[in-house]
Amino acid sequence: MAPRLLSYSNIDSPVHRLSGVTKLLAFLLFSIAGMISYDTRCLLAMLILSLVVFYVSKVPFKQYSFVLYLILIFAAINQLAIFLFAPEQGVQIYGTRHELLHVFGRYSITSEQLFYQFNILLKFAVIVPPALLFLLATEPSEFASSLNRIGVSYKIAYAISITMRYIPDVQQEYVNISIAAQARGLDMSRKEKLGRRLKNMAGILLPLVLATLERIEKVSAALELRGFGRKRKRTWYKSRPLTKTDGFVIAGAVLIAVAVLVITFWDGARFYNPFV
Amino acid sequence: MRKPMIEFDQFTFQYRAQSEPTLRDIQLTIYEGEKVLIVGPSGSGKSTLAHCMNGLAPHFYPGECSGVLKIGGVDSKKMGIAELSDLIGTVMQDPDGQFVGLTVAEDIAFKLENEGIVQAEMIRRVQEAAEEVEFADFLAASPQELSGGQKQKTTLAGGLVGGAPILLFDEPLASLDPYSGRATVELIDRLHQNSARTIVIIEHRLEEMLHRAVDRIIVVDEGRIIADLPPDELIASGLLREKGIREPLHLSAIRYAGGSLSQEMNLQYVERMNLEPYRDSLIQWSETPMIESPISTSKPLLELENITFGYDSTHPVLQEISFQVSQGEVLCIAGRNGAGKSTISRLICGFHKPSSGSITLNGRDLSGDSIRERADVIGFVMQNPNHMLSKPLLYDEVASGLVHRGVPENEIRERVHETLRVCGLYPFRSWPIAALSYGQKKRATIASILVLRPEILILDEPTAGQDYRHYHEMMTFLMELNAQGMTLIMITHDMHLMLEYGQRTIVLSEGRKIADDTPARILGDAAIVEQAHLHETSLHILARRLGIEPEEKIVSQFIQSDRRRVN
Repeated sequence: MAPRLLSYSNIDSPVHRLSGVTKLLAFLLFSIAGMISYDTRCLLAMLILSLVVFYVSKVPFKQYSFVLYLILIFAAINQLAIFLFAPEQGVQIYGTRHELLHVFGRYSITSEQLFYQFNILLKFAVIVPPALLFLLATEPSEFASSLNRIGVSYKIAYAISITMRYIPDVQQEYVNISIAAQARGLDMSRKEKLGRRLKNMAGILLPLVLATLERIEKVSAALELRGFGRKRKRTWYKSRPLTKTDGFVIAGAVLIAVAVLVITFWDGARFYNPFV
Repeated sequence: MRKPMIEFDQFTFQYRAQSEPTLRDIQLTIYEGEKVLIVGPSGSGKSTLAHCMNGLAPHFYPGECSGVLKIGGVDSKKMGIAELSDLIGTVMQDPDGQFVGLTVAEDIAFKLENEGIVQAEMIRRVQEAAEEVEFADFLAASPQELSGGQKQKTTLAGGLVGGAPILLFDEPLASLDPYSGRATVELIDRLHQNSARTIVIIEHRLEEMLHRAVDRIIVVDEGRIIADLPPDELIASGLLREKGIREPLHLSAIRYAGGSLSQEMNLQYVERMNLEPYRDSLIQWSETPMIESPISTSKPLLELENITFGYDSTHPVLQEISFQVSQGEVLCIAGRNGAGKSTISRLICGFHKPSSGSITLNGRDLSGDSIRERADVIGFVMQNPNHMLSKPLLYDEVASGLVHRGVPENEIRERVHETLRVCGLYPFRSWPIAALSYGQKKRATIASILVLRPEILILDEPTAGQDYRHYHEMMTFLMELNAQGMTLIMITHDMHLMLEYGQRTIVLSEGRKIADDTPARILGDAAIVEQAHLHETSLHILARRLGIEPEEKIVSQFIQSDRRRVN
């Protein structure tokens, strides 16, 4: 059986022991600060911190490797696109121009552009680990209750959580359906040409969608039969009271976010400028 | 005076999408503390009856009702699904689809969470409900770790936890193996004995439900209640057979032996019924000479030798499996969930490669053949037809395998038409798949495989979830194919199917082959029956009580009479 992607695994670590609300808040604060700030010093410090937390969580690499590769590819494309569409963005921002190498036409590599793009990369690196960690180290049911606690309607929160509950089942269904299709001669292996292969894969989507719809109907009947949506508020079997550690972590996250923003905007701009 | 819990008075229900009422003039009262079984063929309206009780109809499945339905003395029109769920706890047929929690405890707690019950009380009540269904050790388990029976215990506890005075079971046995099914019947009975709950069970597997006593059986047919009788009276009346519901096997045997059933004989329990009036005729019947069916001694078609397989090297799923299948044989593969039944079929079809051992067809090693090449000789039919049907039109669906193989168009048309005729689907050839019934869809999937002209057909649970009439139609169809020379391998834990149609059964347990014999002998072997999660049939118990040796004599006689009656 293939290891399930981005799914919670029950590991005992300080990160896993934190309440879901704490993790959600810390993740949100961290990413907002990381998204706003272009202060290289802050970003570097945050990166180190988030890598340490990731290490402490003991989540095995296998569980997120695929997603990580996807993000890396996306980041690389993003970098290339920035350079293609705005090769002088760094110069504009930092107000100086140190040309290192002329490529052609209007494209030349400047220290400012390199530094700017390095900062973008850094932001990715700061935001991705906490996001992954939040997904991987939060029990899916706590995930729903913590969303609900910070004000999201419990119906939406539960919809998200139940989707996660059924991801493994739908994956299994996909395997079964594709096996049946292959037995009739639909080749989905690498032997087939890409275009044909994609067409063949599309052929098994119909049964998968139908099977999923059938599943949704059943689940929603089951939800209603057990009083879901009857009251405006509901309680959660799994909700955990916040501990002292949770308090510390939330306070710490707030402090870090405030500190990052203060340092970033100290000199009136979002950008840390080493060129002046 | 007993308190009525469910009262239907001149009740009629029509789904919005239907042109005619599904239920007509229902007149039915179920009293507090009663245990009532509702039976009927598929499409009779018995599920709709259940949906009206728990409010899914008309609130979830829209429709019009007339007449009166009172639940717990209150007019059901005044209540929504949520209010009704305080009075009726429902256990639906597919335990997988209704498992909404991420652990057993949360799933049980779901109703309480929605009621806004405080956490401490919730934990206490979940514990109590789990203890009542004997499942308290599994509170932290996730649905993926549970078997079908265990999931059902969870949903059952989830139905109890709200304190509803009525429990409604909608086909509780549908997705369980015989052993777990029997355990469920016993559990439901204990729940009934230990509390004043009213219990309503909708189920067409009558024999298994009658393993424990019920107060009344209600027969629904074509939207009407056609009988409302105590079990013995109903069984003796012969109405069940008329309506295509299978009666307990031991009673059919008595009928075949020429006995006439009377309700005074305590008919429903083979262990306790009065056999004296039937003893002589049964013994005599079991001695009638058998028409020897020619045992196929033709050469082996498919051969598995020392097959070992595991998804990782430390946990072998199959170990040292060897068996042969002869040309024209009907082989059943049985075993509890996770015993390796489906893995074997996947290895034969080439979806996985065995770690060691060989699979040969007509003496030729298959290891070099791709999935597609094997599909030309070995057809695989999945349990759920919806997983296989990928085209909107029947013709295209059946043609698709040939189209992928690049067969010329006129040949495709010829072969598709021929296959549709064999499968009795020719009149529907230009129909959309969506317009076909479940049984026809199932046939369509078989047709889409048959059109490739395989030498072997592997079927995963070919009759699961079908009532006796559809079961019978499907099996008659498969036997016709077999008579034309098709070799059949059926993966199943349906004991009736095995007994009535299997020529040989292989039993797997924990990845090993533990038996390879005639179904009648296998079902008579207590140790194997237990390991395979089957249970003893009432025919075997009958034989033992009558002192008939060997026990399978009565089984073979039964099958012969059964075939004769049908043909």
